[in-house]
Amino acid sequence: MKILSSWLRSCLPQLSADDRQLADDLTLRGIAVEGIFDLGENGSLFEMDITTNRVDAMNHYGIAREAAIIYGIALKPLETALPGPKTTVKPFPVSIEEPSLCGRFTARVLRNVRITQSTGIVAERFRLLEQKLISNAVDATNYVTLAMGHPTHAFDLDKLEGGIILRRARKGEKLRTLDGIERTLDPDDLVVADEKKALAIAGVMGGWDSMITPETKNILVEAAWFDPWTVRRSSRRHLLHTDASHRFERGADFNAPPIASALVSSIILESGGEVEGDLVDVIIPEAEARTARRPAISFALSEAHRILGATEDPQGITAEIAEAILTGLGCRLKKNGTPYNAPAQNLDPSRAVSVETTASRAEYEVALPSWRLDLEREIDLIEEIARVYGYNRFKNTLPSFTGAVVELPYAEKEAVVRRTLLGLGWTEAISSTFCSATDAVTFAPQPNSTVPMDNPLSEEAGMLRPSLAPGMLSMLALNLNRDVEDVMLFEMGTVFSGSTDKVDEKPALSIGATGRLPLDGPHQASRPVDFYDVKGTVEQLLSRFVSKLLYFDRFPSDSGLMPSWLHPGRSARVVIDGATIGYFGELHPEEAQPRKLKQTVYVGEFYLDRLYKQDLRQPTMRELSRFQAVRRDFSFIFADSVSYAQIAEALAALNIAELQRVEPKEILRDKEGKRIPQGHFSLLLRTVFQAQDRTLQEEELQGWSQSVMGALQKLGGKLRE
Amino acid sequence: MSQDAIPHLGGYTEAALDQAFAELSREVESSAQLLSSPDAVEQFRLLWLGRKQGRLKLISDAWLKSAPAEAKKPLGQRFNQLKALIEERLERASETSAQFALDAEAIDVTLPGTRRALGAEHPLIKTMHEMVAVFKRMGYSVGVGPEVETDYYNFESLNFPPGHPARDTQDTLVIANQERRPLRDRLLMRTHTSPVQIRTMEQQPPPVRIVIPGKVHRNDEADATHSPIFHQIEGLCVDTNITFSDLKGTLDHAMKEFFGSSVKTRFFPSFFPFTEPSADVQISCPFCGGKGCRKCKHSGWIELLGCGMVDPAVFGFVQQRQPAYDPKKISGFAFGMGVDRIAMMKYGISDIGLLYSGDARFLEQFA
Repeated sequence: MKILSSWLRSCLPQLSADDRQLADDLTLRGIAVEGIFDLGENGSLFEMDITTNRVDAMNHYGIAREAAIIYGIALKPLETALPGPKTTVKPFPVSIEEPSLCGRFTARVLRNVRITQSTGIVAERFRLLEQKLISNAVDATNYVTLAMGHPTHAFDLDKLEGGIILRRARKGEKLRTLDGIERTLDPDDLVVADEKKALAIAGVMGGWDSMITPETKNILVEAAWFDPWTVRRSSRRHLLHTDASHRFERGADFNAPPIASALVSSIILESGGEVEGDLVDVIIPEAEARTARRPAISFALSEAHRILGATEDPQGITAEIAEAILTGLGCRLKKNGTPYNAPAQNLDPSRAVSVETTASRAEYEVALPSWRLDLEREIDLIEEIARVYGYNRFKNTLPSFTGAVVELPYAEKEAVVRRTLLGLGWTEAISSTFCSATDAVTFAPQPNSTVPMDNPLSEEAGMLRPSLAPGMLSMLALNLNRDVEDVMLFEMGTVFSGSTDKVDEKPALSIGATGRLPLDGPHQASRPVDFYDVKGTVEQLLSRFVSKLLYFDRFPSDSGLMPSWLHPGRSARVVIDGATIGYFGELHPEEAQPRKLKQTVYVGEFYLDRLYKQDLRQPTMRELSRFQAVRRDFSFIFADSVSYAQIAEALAALNIAELQRVEPKEILRDKEGKRIPQGHFSLLLRTVFQAQDRTLQEEELQGWSQSVMGALQKLGGKLRE
Repeated sequence: MSQDAIPHLGGYTEAALDQAFAELSREVESSAQLLSSPDAVEQFRLLWLGRKQGRLKLISDAWLKSAPAEAKKPLGQRFNQLKALIEERLERASETSAQFALDAEAIDVTLPGTRRALGAEHPLIKTMHEMVAVFKRMGYSVGVGPEVETDYYNFESLNFPPGHPARDTQDTLVIANQERRPLRDRLLMRTHTSPVQIRTMEQQPPPVRIVIPGKVHRNDEADATHSPIFHQIEGLCVDTNITFSDLKGTLDHAMKEFFGSSVKTRFFPSFFPFTEPSADVQISCPFCGGKGCRKCKHSGWIELLGCGMVDPAVFGFVQQRQPAYDPKKISGFAFGMGVDRIAMMKYGISDIGLLYSGDARFLEQFA
């Protein structure tokens, strides 16, 4: 909002601070001057940002009032004198049919006006504010809004058919508004109407047909008070955000209409014409009781001290200061039961007032100003006192505390997962919370549990993500599209399931890798990342947690047990103690193709809520053996149907305590079937034996070798010659 | 003169011997200059000390044979001295030649090293951890809450009445099919982390000190400084006798911890429905020390936080579940800040969209 310092000064004859000082002092009180532009002899233009609760300060007079409080100076009253009516006529008929929507309506008739260009101070100030001039009558209403904040409207009286009626719009009723658009009204819209038709959407915008034109001779000036919610609903319904609606929906001053009406009328009458009859002023008592005559509230100075705490000034917020601030805001005080008029105080900290310290027992009944509907409670007054006193005059103190810091139950596990992945070279990323409807169906772990958005950011973001995998694939695709070919990413985030009635949120982890391992250089060639690189990460990650039984398995594509987005032959499920923790592997070619991924991509998703049920592994030391370990290698040929898991299980089932390690060292296949028959593979298996208490004897090693070979043969293995 | 040639001996006088041996010593010295490899050292050794064809032997054989008896002793002494010189040179040369051997194995140390990739923690997560750590040291526990919230927790209980203009400032992403439900139960993407304040207070009586990092969403048009997804850190402190000056002191201390002890704070009145009094907090620019730079738009100050004393109306909503939050007996403050903005400022990130792009070239810079 643009404000002229010269206009402010016209309301504050005693103001001595310069424009920059004024801007700083206002800003420190929350009436923020964001920019100051020098207008030479015309003072400064302030670009202001007024918070939404301070509709009273969205005009020059309201800001001048703030300055008057700060400096303890007088605020010049608005001049509302009008020449009296020359004739007495019947009052203009005004009927409020919706008393809950319109609390006050004033109408004033001006006859024989002359519609012309604005001149004088109106034209001058509009020029400085870069506000468009329209005509003296329209400019008058806009000027008054800028001057004291109350929106008004001028109707061409001769276009009216009968008196004013405040009613709801009829279903399907049409109104062409001032912006030239014909609108269909809603029965929830309050309209200013005559006996035949709607003239304006109350508090939002006037109608085209009754607007002021160069031919206008007679004017009806409307100054009213409309219910904030009604104005807000109409404004939103018709997507019409106007200066008027902005102010009415935030709660205008109930007592302002007669003043605003007089100001508008006097400006119009400067170009000719006269007032006819007295001001018609219809007041709904219930609305007045809710606003201008709302009950006084109690305020105790001790409560202000309890909430606000210590000030730099040892005297702190004295009764005198509190009284001066509240009075300056327009409150009327009763101190300990008797009416009390506080003297104004200069609150500028550089000219600190000298006051006697008053015991903080003072209690007040505070009648609230009609223009501050945001003030309703004691705390509102405390805020005003702190605000005007100046926030930066309060001390910086630290509260004492005897509680303990409590960690979230999953905090450490989450940290371990992140730390492990970072240590293994995976980079953390954050993707969109939303995904497309197609992806939601493809990636949802359970069918029919996706959650659509009502107002999605885009079509591609129509659903809450049921999985982190689509986001991971988007990120990998983005990198590949930018020729970043070697990528290892992970994301820890929330996935959503359920329905639009109840949404479940669970923590999940996704990993995605493509390209070569990050070891490439002149010293050694890297190699493409493969399934086992990803599996290695999964194994290392899961090894941080306790598990009695951890295994990986794979299911054929028609089993329905694996996610459809994974390559059925090159993906695995991982299970810990009976619970599926996640899935990972090569992306299914059918998912890769529409994403135009130009190279193989590995992706995995893990249910962290399930993983977090496992305890973190606490390492315990195993005694180091003083005796030599013995290696025995076995080279066997197996049919492809034999999995390594079966081999490992078979050896574990031998229950040889001294068998410390079993490692597959080499796996060979021969496409030609020459050295190894087709459909078979050769496995070089290394076993390591060691005892804690003795040097192993050749005989026992012989025996164990026999057992190992027996177990391998039982699986169909043939000793390789 | 060929090396193999036996030098001429001008006689057996002392002077003639001295001259001849000085000549030989020079020859030893000069051939010892070139001993830069083990091969050269071996050549040198064979040349002078070879058992059959060694020069020392050949010369001494030649000269001694024809030497008069009285000259044999001084001649022998001089040969011994010469041999000692050769051996000394030889010893020195083999030492240096071992070093030369290692030098010969030299590599180009200016080539880049083989790096194991370190994963990079996301700059937002990193910033959140750092900020949370500051508050943990001040006695704050971490609180979390759902990203999909009800209208009640996101707005109503935070004193945003239905239809209030303050809701306009937080354009909300809403879950589908909510129209038929009561307003308070309608599901939406939380627009701030503040609902966790209410949820925490409902769960536990005062005193409360929590810090709430989290992801939030608004229906904002994306540009260089706006993203529909962003992160906030919220804080809440409730106890008896918590004051506005405590709020000031707490945030002043926290900002000094995070940005450095020379950072100053200043407070401006602001408006939030759930706090009263409300304030915006600026910190003196930690990048230029308040002198004015690009990061603070040459003002010397950066607006960083919103905060205020918890509005009694908020306690009123909480009291429906936790009567201990009697606004006449307790008080508290709350504060919130945008993590994205802090991270962008701290790391000089030009476009908020990068944070959510997954672009590895960007993310790997933070390893």
